[in-house]
Amino acid sequence: MNSRKLILIVDDDIDFISQIKLYCEKFGYETMTATSENEALELIKTRKPDLAMLDLMMEKDDSGFILSYKIKQKYPDVPVIIATAVTSETGLIFGVESHEEQQWIKADLIMEKGVRPDQLQREIKRLLKE
Amino acid sequence: MSDLKVLIVDDEPGIRSGISRILRNYRVGYPFLEEDFGFTLTEAETGEIALEILEKQEIDIVLLDNKLPGIEGIDVLEQINKRNYDTAVMMITSYASLELAVTATKRGAYNFVPKPFTPEELRGAIESITKHLFLKRMTKKMSETARQIRFQFLSVLSHELKSPINAIEGYLKIMQEKQAGTSIDDYMHMINRSIERITGMRSLIMDMLDLTRIENGTKSRNLKEVDIIECAKMAISSMEPMAIQKNVKILTAFPESLILTADSNEVEIIANNLISNAIKYNRDNGTVTVSIFTDKTDLNIIVEDTGIGINAEEQEFLFQEFMRIKNKKTQNISGSGLGLSIVKKIIELYNGTITVESQPDVGTKFIVKIPFKAQTV
Repeated sequence: MNSRKLILIVDDDIDFISQIKLYCEKFGYETMTATSENEALELIKTRKPDLAMLDLMMEKDDSGFILSYKIKQKYPDVPVIIATAVTSETGLIFGVESHEEQQWIKADLIMEKGVRPDQLQREIKRLLKE
Repeated sequence: MSDLKVLIVDDEPGIRSGISRILRNYRVGYPFLEEDFGFTLTEAETGEIALEILEKQEIDIVLLDNKLPGIEGIDVLEQINKRNYDTAVMMITSYASLELAVTATKRGAYNFVPKPFTPEELRGAIESITKHLFLKRMTKKMSETARQIRFQFLSVLSHELKSPINAIEGYLKIMQEKQAGTSIDDYMHMINRSIERITGMRSLIMDMLDLTRIENGTKSRNLKEVDIIECAKMAISSMEPMAIQKNVKILTAFPESLILTADSNEVEIIANNLISNAIKYNRDNGTVTVSIFTDKTDLNIIVEDTGIGINAEEQEFLFQEFMRIKNKKTQNISGSGLGLSIVKKIIELYNGTITVESQPDVGTKFIVKIPFKAQTV
């Protein structure tokens, strides 16, 4: 049997982290967590995650995008999910479906915060090609 | 130098070239502006042509004759007004009657120069209209910035109110689905965190109310003789439970009483915020020192702690709304991010200042200085 896959969770809200962590561990994954862009960069220096789930707005409004870019630079094959509450708050919609959007948003999936656990599991499985 | 576009509307070629000559090398400058204004001229011989030009180009100033071969100047003015161009109009006409002047003013003409005019008269009128235009645009820009700041504030506020709701909802769903076990004890951490988030949200709402009260102006301010020491003691006693929890000792250094003219509510908000921060961001078994004294010119309130400190970079943003220093050391401390911005706003009402001195992992010192002079106003 393979060892458990590692998911990196980055969010400045510790409650969001603990909830996602709980679900991911129930899904059978190992997790590592960080509350800021810098902390996350420190973590990935020594360990390569199998997938990263990032909050969009942390220290800066676009921390998630920046972090995603940096992760992809270091580990081009690690899928990245950006979780955001931005759409419900501002009406702004980001996507990574079109080629043009993929040019500047280096993430594999932009997901609304508060998605149902089964949906989250499905997306993670899809991105991990399980 | 910035360039203003002037459109001359007159059917007499002599007048048009005359005005061009007068304004071509004319500059308008103001002592409060770094750069001068110069003028670029465009001519139109009829009202119809003038309107076409106005539709295609951005014109800053229109010099408008009333008596034109087709539509009259006053009708051109009406169109300009209707179409909302960002332009200032000056009527120039030889058949100036009082009636025309009144109608023109009603329709938004900035001023009125009768023909014939001397070069000085025209330049004087242009100078005044330039100043008017500049100030008008400046005001508009400033109110746009104010609106923008308001919008930013509201969007941050909605984010700050929604995050705790999302967090609590998330925990409740986990409990609803019994995701972490069947005993209530399995969920104690989530329950505690939920309560914590509710506390944070309540303090945000209370701070919001304080902030709106301050921003609404002085109406509800109640300035009278108050004992500053009394206010400080009230604040300290209301913070005592929190201090005991962290085993933080509050030391005081102040005279028996200190009577000044102030709003006691505001003094308490200042003391409450500074002291509660000093406890919240302290280490366990630390101390908070509250000193109040007067020197020749100011009332001094100094609150010093032995806590986690604030680095230079973070200090820069400390007094901004919704600024909360986020790091490992602060992640379990709840707060609205409004406290210090409220404190600063209140202190400014008294023409005072608040400054901070801090060293990471050693402690932080907030120094409030309020001049007596403001007290008597």
